[in-house]
Amino acid sequence: MANKIPRVHAREQDAKTRIKNFDEVSYGYSADEAMLEASRCLNCKNPRCVNDCPVNIDIPEFISQIAKNNFAKAAETVAQYSSLPAVCGRVCPQETQCEGSCILGIKNEPVAIGKLERFIADWSRENNLNFLEKKENNGKRIAVIGSGPAGLTCAYDLAKIGYNVTIFEALHETGGVLAYGIPEFRLPKKTVVAHEIENLKKIGVQIETNVIIGRTFTIEQLLDEEKFDAVFIGTGAGLPKFMNINGENLNGVMSANEFLTRANLMKAFDENYDTPIYVGKKAVVVGGGNVAMDAARTALRLGAEVAIVYRRTEVELPARREEVIHAKEEGINFNMLTNPVEIIGDEKGWVKEIRCVRCTLGDPDSSGRRSPVVIPDSEFNIETDVVIMALGTSPNPLIASTTKGLQINKYKCIVVDDEGRTSRAGVFAGGDVATGAATVILAMGAGRKAANAIDKYLNQQ
Amino acid sequence: MYKIENKENIAENIFRMDIVAPYIAKSAFPGQFVIVRTHEQGERIPLTVCDFDKDKGTVTLVVQVLGASSKKICEKNQGEYIADITGPLGNPSEFINISDEQLKSKKFLFIAGGLGSAPVYPQVKWLSMHDVKPDVIIGAKTKNMMIFETEMKSFAENVFAATDDGSYGFKGLVTDMLDDLIVNQNKKYDEIVAIGPMIMMKFVSLATKKYKIKTTVSLNSIMVDGTGMCGACRVNVGGETKFTCVDGPEFDGHYVDFDEALRRQMMYRNQEHQANCKCM
Repeated sequence: MANKIPRVHAREQDAKTRIKNFDEVSYGYSADEAMLEASRCLNCKNPRCVNDCPVNIDIPEFISQIAKNNFAKAAETVAQYSSLPAVCGRVCPQETQCEGSCILGIKNEPVAIGKLERFIADWSRENNLNFLEKKENNGKRIAVIGSGPAGLTCAYDLAKIGYNVTIFEALHETGGVLAYGIPEFRLPKKTVVAHEIENLKKIGVQIETNVIIGRTFTIEQLLDEEKFDAVFIGTGAGLPKFMNINGENLNGVMSANEFLTRANLMKAFDENYDTPIYVGKKAVVVGGGNVAMDAARTALRLGAEVAIVYRRTEVELPARREEVIHAKEEGINFNMLTNPVEIIGDEKGWVKEIRCVRCTLGDPDSSGRRSPVVIPDSEFNIETDVVIMALGTSPNPLIASTTKGLQINKYKCIVVDDEGRTSRAGVFAGGDVATGAATVILAMGAGRKAANAIDKYLNQQ
Repeated sequence: MYKIENKENIAENIFRMDIVAPYIAKSAFPGQFVIVRTHEQGERIPLTVCDFDKDKGTVTLVVQVLGASSKKICEKNQGEYIADITGPLGNPSEFINISDEQLKSKKFLFIAGGLGSAPVYPQVKWLSMHDVKPDVIIGAKTKNMMIFETEMKSFAENVFAATDDGSYGFKGLVTDMLDDLIVNQNKKYDEIVAIGPMIMMKFVSLATKKYKIKTTVSLNSIMVDGTGMCGACRVNVGGETKFTCVDGPEFDGHYVDFDEALRRQMMYRNQEHQANCKCM
């Protein structure tokens, strides 16, 4: 029986070695390993994994092609559904999506769908395969704002069916969160991310970096003066949240966005780059999501002793499980049921300690997670030089505040309907800017949906 | 890549550069800033916009050699290229939203310290174009570090020069000059805009609080992206945390916690010192 084969674990850099470098942790599968793992798939008649994939990749089909050593066919299958498989194979929370509903997971371990997706995407890149096809140019112009997962997907889908697409990116580099947020050791920039951007350029997408919509141009200017026929806003959720506790402006307190941007986008970990970064001897990261894990593991690699402080328990950690496991293997100290109440500085205004309280779990809150309840008189201090706040992000209000008639909700997210249409005709949005901080794959799904809606809208004009 | 159309050494270690950046030139207003990255390995550094020419498509920046990164920009020659320039960032000066009628009823005093003359210049120019002639104090350490005096004179009512060492104009700090204008020369001002080193803006704000004159300052906080993403530029204004990049860079000087702002500027001093040792 196929399901008697245990899940094939991808080889990884040893924890002791990898905490001294920024190279990717997982080596991924070899061809033999991939075929063995693929052979575990039961090829269900009613595949639940497909339903739980936000872009509904035909998972059993591409896996059965891998099992048959028919890699090109497998790659082609994946490419029909996803323009960023090498990214998603690495950063999707598979355990709550495709792998979470795998039948094998009931009694044993689910098929490693993420690792297989990564394998086939890497294989197709290394073998210079591409499935780029472009229909005849239809002469219509689309402005895509933001070059993160939502914008890249929307641009790709529209360019394929003949639109002239220009992406406007505020930073000097493309990729959005893939460039500034996710570290090199999870997502290699030069190979994986750069390749996806190159593919976009190959099908004619223009990319203008250093353009901030809302400042350099407004949406109105794009539509009225620059004569774009439609606009897609995929600007993500870039604004960091802080706790509003005492001591948050001390030297040594920073957002995970700042810390990770310095490390990832500005490459401050590399001594050949000029941007400074500070981790001190000890660092505390507040939060339990992927960004918290990324910040903690980056600080560790820069030489700090790192503790994570999270107010719920390990069960509620929103981070991908693989990242939590990796962080633990690497020696990150996890302080669960702990919440900061104050940051204490020395006489010069630098962080010295973080004051926390212990919590227990109470009744579930609106998110369905059990909410933390503070234990009275449980205050204690953790000595630290740096505090990194990884508490989530909200959308940048710049575009909403400079675009007439663009409706936003109380979380500052742009309001869209099921198809990605905003309150303004010709203006579409999707990804974190509409939903608040979520995942790469959900942003991609939203970018695709909006591309369809844009095509429909312009065909009706 | 963005071309350096023109480069001029305007004072000791201070350079004026016109960068070809038509999008920014078209959309910039006084009070805003840009972020520049000189080369692939460079930092993103915020610089105030000194002037912009919509027809030529150029943006004028003024840079003083202070550390490793500013040195690298200043080493670039006319005709060469910088890797990136992005903007305009931050909010335009508040007065550009005021009607000309209202503007004419106000007497403005600008206080420019050191490199602060660069961001003050487009504001004075803009007001002058709207038939408002402000007074300007230009302060510098010494005569050969005084910049923009001639340019400022063509748009201002009065330009008062002050040097710390008395080598040119009034001898003393800009705050001494301010006291002299108000106490001895009996000048009346409705609004003051002070731009220069953080410590100067602190003491100007303390002085104008005493005179009860509304004072706007432009902060030069540490930043990475300049679009609200990193929060490195957090500043306490009237007990609330603001981001210099998106909420500023101009704030009411009477509400800014300058001691915190001065301390936060020191965040990367050690690393900067090391970089300077490597580069100088």
